[in-house]
Amino acid sequence: MRLFFGAMLLLISSIATSQNCQNTLSGYIIDLHDQSPLANATIILAGAETAVITDEKGFYSISGLCDATYSLQISHPACSTQAVRVIVRGDTERTVNMEHHLEELGEVSVIGSGNSKANKTSQEQQVSTVALQVNAAGSIGDALKGLSGVSSLNTGNTVVKPVIQGLHSSRVVLVTDGTRLQDQEWGVEHAPNIDINNAGSVSVVKGASALQYGGDAIGGTIIIKPLRVPQADSLYGSTLLTGASNGRGGSITSTLIKSYNSGWYGSIQGTLKRFGDFETPDYILSNTGAYERDLALRVGVNKFSHGIEASYSIYNNELGILRASHVGSAADLANAIANTGVPNFTEDFTYEIDSPKQEIKHQTAKISAYKRFNDLGKLSFQYDYQKNNRLEFDIRRDSDDVRPAIDLELRTHTTTVDFDYTADNTIVAKAGILGRAQTNFPDPATGIRRLIPDYDRIDFGAYLLGAKTLNDWTLEGGVRYDFNFIDAQKFYRTSFWEDRGYDVLFPELVIEDLGTQFLVNPEFTFHNISATAGAGYDLSDTYNLTFNYALSNRAPNPSELFSDGLHQSAARIELGDIRFDKETSHKISVALSRKHNNWSFTLAPFANFISDFILIEPTGSQQTLRGNFPVWEYRQTNARLLGIDIDNRYIINEYLTMTNQLSIVKGQDRTLDLPLINIPPVNTTNRITYTNEKWYNFNFWIESQYVFRQNEFPDTNFPVFLVESNQNVTVDVSTPPEAYHLLNLRGKVDFSLNTTSKLEVALAVNNLFDTTYRNYLNRQRFFADDLGRNLSLQLKINY
Amino acid sequence: MKTMKSLKIYALALTAAVLTFSCDNDDDTPEAVNEEEVITTLRVQLSSAAGSVTLQSVDADGDGPDAPVVSVVGTIVANTEYAGTVTFLNETESPAEDITEEVEEESNEHQVFFTASAGLNVTTVYGNFDGDGNPLGTVLTLTTGDVSTGNFTVTLRHEPTKPNTGLADAGGETDIEVTFPITVE
Repeated sequence: MRLFFGAMLLLISSIATSQNCQNTLSGYIIDLHDQSPLANATIILAGAETAVITDEKGFYSISGLCDATYSLQISHPACSTQAVRVIVRGDTERTVNMEHHLEELGEVSVIGSGNSKANKTSQEQQVSTVALQVNAAGSIGDALKGLSGVSSLNTGNTVVKPVIQGLHSSRVVLVTDGTRLQDQEWGVEHAPNIDINNAGSVSVVKGASALQYGGDAIGGTIIIKPLRVPQADSLYGSTLLTGASNGRGGSITSTLIKSYNSGWYGSIQGTLKRFGDFETPDYILSNTGAYERDLALRVGVNKFSHGIEASYSIYNNELGILRASHVGSAADLANAIANTGVPNFTEDFTYEIDSPKQEIKHQTAKISAYKRFNDLGKLSFQYDYQKNNRLEFDIRRDSDDVRPAIDLELRTHTTTVDFDYTADNTIVAKAGILGRAQTNFPDPATGIRRLIPDYDRIDFGAYLLGAKTLNDWTLEGGVRYDFNFIDAQKFYRTSFWEDRGYDVLFPELVIEDLGTQFLVNPEFTFHNISATAGAGYDLSDTYNLTFNYALSNRAPNPSELFSDGLHQSAARIELGDIRFDKETSHKISVALSRKHNNWSFTLAPFANFISDFILIEPTGSQQTLRGNFPVWEYRQTNARLLGIDIDNRYIINEYLTMTNQLSIVKGQDRTLDLPLINIPPVNTTNRITYTNEKWYNFNFWIESQYVFRQNEFPDTNFPVFLVESNQNVTVDVSTPPEAYHLLNLRGKVDFSLNTTSKLEVALAVNNLFDTTYRNYLNRQRFFADDLGRNLSLQLKINY
Repeated sequence: MKTMKSLKIYALALTAAVLTFSCDNDDDTPEAVNEEEVITTLRVQLSSAAGSVTLQSVDADGDGPDAPVVSVVGTIVANTEYAGTVTFLNETESPAEDITEEVEEESNEHQVFFTASAGLNVTTVYGNFDGDGNPLGTVLTLTTGDVSTGNFTVTLRHEPTKPNTGLADAGGETDIEVTFPITVE
């Protein structure tokens, strides 16, 4: 194998022809796993006798090179030897990542710098491993909020839905280890069904540029990857224990990984989380507990030339919904909003979770494989099956009736085949196809009309992406085609069908007349083209400018198409429309970044123009036996989102670092010339971190989080008749809450237990001053305050 | 040999891909759901020596777009004491489900409230009580005063705070609320 390789290198290098031979090739050799520089790596210019060694910063430099293609052989005592082909044009920089831990194997792994990013010119940010750990007892949404431009739409504090640059739900795609999560993400009170502790890395692509995963991510794509397993004989793991005062609970999560030199590995990871009722500074939030149990298993073989993996994961979560947020009529909502003190339902602390609550079970089984072809690339295949069962329990008139009000089962099969061209590290080229079949089954045993109908869905997608690096320039582009077919069967009330005029428009869809209900069979077909184009330019060693354009299309989701009745938790009647067409977004984002020793920043403005944007807004009211309800209808309009995300990092001295983030987004309905609803207010986070490695790796930060009041919002207030006072009152559901400021602290120390084991102890306080506040993007802000002070202690043992 | 092995894996994988599209083809017609939680009908029957009166509101399509049909049959006579009962029905089911029974069984978790608007000379007294002796209200006595007109509202609250002094501090959720425009003649 090695002999063959050497011969090949000779062959390639002989192609190099001599012209202007004054160029210098330089760069860094980096450890792929932790991005640390590798000193004492040997770089041999194949075919010549030139050999250089990296310095302690991992830097190397070879001069006297021509404009030609060269082959480098890179070796390091702790890594396997790699071959890299480099095109030299003028003075060239090339940084190479090396696969550490591969001592015995003569296999080769070549990963050009920046390849770990899904995209080179769009805004992509990674959640730090510290942020993942800090939120171990929270949710993935909590960890994502730490990034600029990412906020969350909450239902209480356990249902946390990520919002990227003002957009959420079906506009945000979540990808776990190559699998697009199919978990009924359309619902505003549906949080991603993912255990945060199973994530090795989490990154967010703002906008639709990550075409590999779908063309409909108008908001963005969240990419979650599992921990990488090294190719070495090893048994290791970690256990993380978190205890928190608010909610009087905590979590335990453990990971154990066994790996072999042969490339075989297996891992098991489990999480148990339990919380009782959370508390505001002044009262208990009754029925807000959570009980989560997750397990993930992986087994596979990972070699340079090929690999295969089988995995299974189950996510099980029971979430209480604030009892005081349950209303029966619009008048109840008016009364709840008028009461800004202690909510009506406030009981003693308990771990019990009663109705209203959600019980979610998400299972994923997957098999994936890849094969590398020398001098060509990597072919990957994946098949996954996901089964999502969502139960929502409402307060029933008959309290002995323990049936859920909503019982949805979504089953999804997906197959993908991708090819990644890797022969030339100045070029990224990827292509792939996807096939998906999905069935939704709403169980009629609930005795409540289905919120989402029975449907079968078929998706097909194909994409092609490319990027090229030329000295200071990076150019990239991609195109994707998606086909969606939805075949639904839905019961409509006869009165609704006729009221909407569907009897005139779609008489052919009715397949059965049951007197008061029609069974109809709507079918939808969508063909969507998405594309992205971008350019990056290195202005100097410190400054870089990128530009990215993304075109994306999204087919309407089931709630936008099919909603036809009372949404109890929102105390409003919601009406969808089967006539909807797809949404189209044109997003332009620009980023100027500076990377320098002590001061780095990124300024990233964006503009997103969305035509046929689907939104829901009040259109009138409807009389029912429970009183008058406001009617909210989905409609399509033209929208515009403008904003900027700013990240700043300043290293004051070897101990002190300051970071600052600011996110601004403005949303406008261009047709009505009104602000869009639920746009995150301007917010800024500032943090000062003190680190001193001599004191057991001591690390301490003070974080200030300031959220401004949202001053731009549409007026969605409605009148309701109150029997008690015998008069009409206006229900104020639009006015956003006041601005607020929270202060958080966290300190951490490490202790070495022996050569391989480490104990990490961290103590954190959130909302230090026990500030009373309400958050505009929390759907429970009408009913209760947000969380008070929380003291948490974390112990992490690596072994 | 190695190549053969990986070829086998790919063959297996492709089979799985084909399977993706061949299963899940159940074209079964879904089962219709008759709304069980809905109350379509509220009826207040009042009787006295002077004659009987029926106040009724029927919303046949539940939360659907059709508005409830509110009717008052009979004459409400001034200065009269009426014995009254309140009935809740779900008429989307056949035969209609009598929800009053359920309300009475779980009397601790329910209460019916009667509200007369200012100027309407009508007073009510609870005629039945829950297990703790607090008012329930599916049975009542309604007494009229002098001739007047106004709104008479019947509200069924689920899980109210009991005891309470009226709707204002009762809390809970509204299961049903109907306002009848009435005239005491």
